[in-house]
Amino acid sequence: MSAFGHQRLAVLSLCLAVWLLARQAPATELPAPERRSGYDFMSRETRAMQDDDTANPGMLWVKDGEALWNTKAGEASLACSDCHGDARVSMKGVAARYPAIDAALARPVTLEQRINICRTGQQKAPAFALEGANLLALSAYLGRQSRGLPIEVVIDEHGKPFFEAGREIFYRRQGQLNLSCAECHEDHWDKRLAGNPVTQANPTGYPLYRLEWQGLGSLERRLRNCLAGTRTQVYDFGSPEFVDLELFLMWRARGMKIETPAVRP
Amino acid sequence: MAIPLAFARDRRATRAMAVAMAILFLVAPGAAEAGDDNALPVSLTGSTGDPVRGRAIVVNRRVGLCLLCHSGPFPEERFQGDLAPDLGGVGGRLSEGQLRLRMVDSSRINPTTIMPAYYRTEGLTRVAPGYQGKPILTAAQIEDVVSFLLTLRK
Ligand code: HEC
Ligand code: HEC
Repeated sequence: MSAFGHQRLAVLSLCLAVWLLARQAPATELPAPERRSGYDFMSRETRAMQDDDTANPGMLWVKDGEALWNTKAGEASLACSDCHGDARVSMKGVAARYPAIDAALARPVTLEQRINICRTGQQKAPAFALEGANLLALSAYLGRQSRGLPIEVVIDEHGKPFFEAGREIFYRRQGQLNLSCAECHEDHWDKRLAGNPVTQANPTGYPLYRLEWQGLGSLERRLRNCLAGTRTQVYDFGSPEFVDLELFLMWRARGMKIETPAVRP
Repeated sequence: MAIPLAFARDRRATRAMAVAMAILFLVAPGAAEAGDDNALPVSLTGSTGDPVRGRAIVVNRRVGLCLLCHSGPFPEERFQGDLAPDLGGVGGRLSEGQLRLRMVDSSRINPTTIMPAYYRTEGLTRVAPGYQGKPILTAAQIEDVVSFLLTLRK
């Protein structure tokens, strides 16, 4: 083939590639009536485990969280309850609004990060380790106070750029397997990945008890599983990228009911 | 096209990769290659793969990963995916070269496919440290899988 032929071929291929990309319809967000929780994809036994507080292993963490809520800590020798009173009243609906913008940091923070801000700022105690037992217990206890309430994260003009960054991550192909979150959770949520239901990735139940983990874990732990599964570099717990992605996922699940502490296979 | 680092150490594979890329270029849309369009007829290693090893790769969820998405005639494998067509009979539907191209980079046939390119390292984002610069399967593994898929005639 002549040099000209090669050049023309390259131009043609490029045009074709551009055309194919432009033609590709963007994955679209699921309309509210079609939004489904991971709960709907589970076996009857696993659902029963979540529904019954005496069988739900997540309740053990909730109990621990309740104890921590009432325990004085730090140089200030204050318990959460000293400032916030009865969590069943004061914390009702709070978890359903996170991530939320922290004015001082001028960016969204997760409920776990919010707890640590109180801990270091008010109680004058060292921050809890992210994904450690104490922080999971407290966030499970707070999440429990929103059980049955609809997710209502607010995206105002301060939150918009973070939300957009999260959305970008959701639709980006990544990792050695070159898959986006949306390709599994929007385009194939009705399918099975090696026998496991894929689900719509609605974060309704975190922190939750996963049978596979034999323990409680945060949404970020689940996201790390999905990233590792596609052989993608994982983000650190509490990293801005994770918080942005969580903000997007919670917004995407707005109106759905909080299940914390949920149970998943 | 840059030759991925992982191959730079292996002279034979580098040559195979160069051949593969040359062929990919020739069968790029727009080029009328006689007969077998959308195919990679030449072995990546220069030799024929082993179908027994190929089967082991296909059913291994950490190596081939195929059964995450596909199902197939593997009665001993309990959990198979349904995101992709059943592999049963695929060796009767597709030629050796067509199978090879689908393994090397199926986005050459369907740009929006979810099937990962098993022998491509460019154009990827945020690949985990242990996998950077490496294709999902080696040239020899691809040839083993192709040989095995050809036996699925049903
Ligand atoms: C190759 C397919 C695949 C990809 C890509 C993928 N996931 Fe998942 N995801 C799964 C599977 C399978 C599960 C497990 C379903 C279950 O049991 O909850 C899951 C579970 C989840 C859950 C938990 C849902 C629940 O009910 O608790 C969330 C949230 C989630 N994924 C988000 C993501 C995000 C965000 C990304 C991208 C960064 C992503 N996933 C990429 C397959 C995938
Ligand atoms: C993440 C999903 C995924 C994985 C993993 C995957 N595939 Fe696929 N594969 C697909 C999809 C989807 C198609 C359908 C065509 C398309 O969309 O490109 C396909 C098509 C094929 C075809 C063509 C089938 C036909 O009837 O035309 C072959 C052959 C094939 N795959 C083999 C394999 C093998 C072998 C492996 C593992 C080494 C594998 N695939 C791994 C998703 C996948």
